[in-house]
Amino acid sequence: MTIAPDTRAVTTAEAPRAARRAPSSLIPGSSRNAYWLYLVPGLALLTVIIVIPLVWNVYLTFTDYRGIRPPEWIGLENWTKLLGDEVFWTSFGNSIAMIVAMVLVPTLLGLVLAAMLFDLIGKKFGGRLASFLRATYYLPQILPAVIAAIVIGWILRPQNGALNQVLETIGLGELQHNWLGDPATALPSIMVIMVWVQLGYPIVIFMAALQRVDPELYEAAELDGANWFQRFQAITVGIIRPEIFVVTLTCTIAALKVFGPVYALTRGGPGTSTMVPAYYAYSEFFQSQQVGYGATIATALTIVIAAVSVVFILAQNRAEKKEEGR
Amino acid sequence: MSAVLDETTATLEASVLEPPKDREGRQRGRRGRSRGGGPTRRTTGDWVVLLVAIVLGFLIAVPFLMILINSFKSPADYSTSGPLTLPTSLYFDGIVAFWERVDFPQKLGNSIFISGLVAVFAVALSMFNAFALGIGRVKGRLWIVVIILLANMLPQEVLLYPLYFMFKEVGLYDSQWAVIIIFTVIQSAFGTYLLASVYGTFPKELLEAASLDGASRWQILWRVVYPISRPTLSVLLIFFFIWTWNEFLIPLTFLVSNDTQTVPVAITVLQGDRLMDVTTTSASALLGLIPTLVFFLIFQRTLTRGITAGAVK
Repeated sequence: MTIAPDTRAVTTAEAPRAARRAPSSLIPGSSRNAYWLYLVPGLALLTVIIVIPLVWNVYLTFTDYRGIRPPEWIGLENWTKLLGDEVFWTSFGNSIAMIVAMVLVPTLLGLVLAAMLFDLIGKKFGGRLASFLRATYYLPQILPAVIAAIVIGWILRPQNGALNQVLETIGLGELQHNWLGDPATALPSIMVIMVWVQLGYPIVIFMAALQRVDPELYEAAELDGANWFQRFQAITVGIIRPEIFVVTLTCTIAALKVFGPVYALTRGGPGTSTMVPAYYAYSEFFQSQQVGYGATIATALTIVIAAVSVVFILAQNRAEKKEEGR
Repeated sequence: MSAVLDETTATLEASVLEPPKDREGRQRGRRGRSRGGGPTRRTTGDWVVLLVAIVLGFLIAVPFLMILINSFKSPADYSTSGPLTLPTSLYFDGIVAFWERVDFPQKLGNSIFISGLVAVFAVALSMFNAFALGIGRVKGRLWIVVIILLANMLPQEVLLYPLYFMFKEVGLYDSQWAVIIIFTVIQSAFGTYLLASVYGTFPKELLEAASLDGASRWQILWRVVYPISRPTLSVLLIFFFIWTWNEFLIPLTFLVSNDTQTVPVAITVLQGDRLMDVTTTSASALLGLIPTLVFFLIFQRTLTRGITAGAVK
């Protein structure tokens, strides 16, 4: 990692333009086209497993299909229905809650915790303790969603659930609640659960990335009187930016298509209070047997996810180009 | 637009190079602890941070402790004292009952087989893709990455109907190979995305040197790129294994017969079975959790080596 010395700063202003004029592979003397060979297996599999089903789904959005008789062409009917469908809009509203719980909170908290573990606990109390704590934070990530649901179900259960028991023991009995059964608390409960599930992922990735931070840079900043937060902001966040991109994008995708926990814990209920697009599509596909309409919901969701991802990747690409220029 | 952005980075850089130079801060910095070698002076603040970190760790671990406690309780013990107390005596019937009912070793074998192969195949596929995209820099690579990432973006329900028909057509329905192929594609999307950006910053000097020595692209891939990016590849391998292990919807749909099922599917299928009391359920959760836990503990050291460690900077 380089913080550009003066000489470089001068030459690099031209670099990105030059690179764009003469695009070439990183290995000199080999044509870029020759590399297509390496993409053949990946793209062939992708076509069969992803692209064809996707196209098939888009076709289904224009049909009435119950899964038995052949699909019947109905034009844009599903799409007009979708635009006026309150459940659909509710489910997207809940997606925003999921983004808060699965992207915003875990990434910010993960940044602070990773820096804390790496920089403070790792250095002052030993790396062993830091990696033990990291492993603990990561635990929920290795728990299959269905098993997590079983355990969370116990904890939040209205009668003799662990949380209500604890509340009673510490004298807060009046706070006892049917956490997942009340529309007012079902979504917040799921949000807390998702923070619990997600937190370990950014921590592990950020801690790995932090090893790239040159300690000398830190020392220099420290000598110059930058406090911990200033160093964190100016050096750490700058250097692990690629990982921040990766984590934010993958978590946003995961949040938009979250399915398992909702399926296992609330099935979108009570009412539609925890309905999310992926579960709504699923219930139309397999419970109502409205395959055409289910495909429409799923396709709309895919379009949203794809749009968000493209914006992200373009932003990341721009950031990387600048990095190269340096 | 880009000029504006460049200026922003310039100021950012300047602030890194020239942090506030107030005198007091400077002296505080000098008097501060020395870095490196051995544990250093710990302030009260450090202990507070440690305490917070440990309490947080405990809270995160609570559900796991509950699984552990309740797996060794008899149903009678559970109904009298609830989920929070330690068992009055160790009771193994729940674990034994679950083990035998689902033929646990067989399910374990299925899960290891599927997740292991997916992890290896998906890492290999990611490496090939990323070699072409990150190092080969083929034309339109940005959009190829976006298209590959579609595999990650699609809600999985979209795949169920079409893939069901397609695999039935070629006789792979109810075969573990169907699940292996599907997840190889899905997982390698993330791998390609990550590796392509890591390979994009691969040290050019090494590639040039190898090329001057007359190595072909294939040789460079295996003798230079692969060994240097191994830490990143192993992190991907671990992620893919665990992610595939925990998958549920697609295995549930494609592995209908009992003999081919994975551990999470077997556990789910048994929920609501009238023979499953609470402690047997807990035992099933414990048994379902142990394999990935062991796997994670064995390989967690690899995670420290870093996800972008391949990018020697």
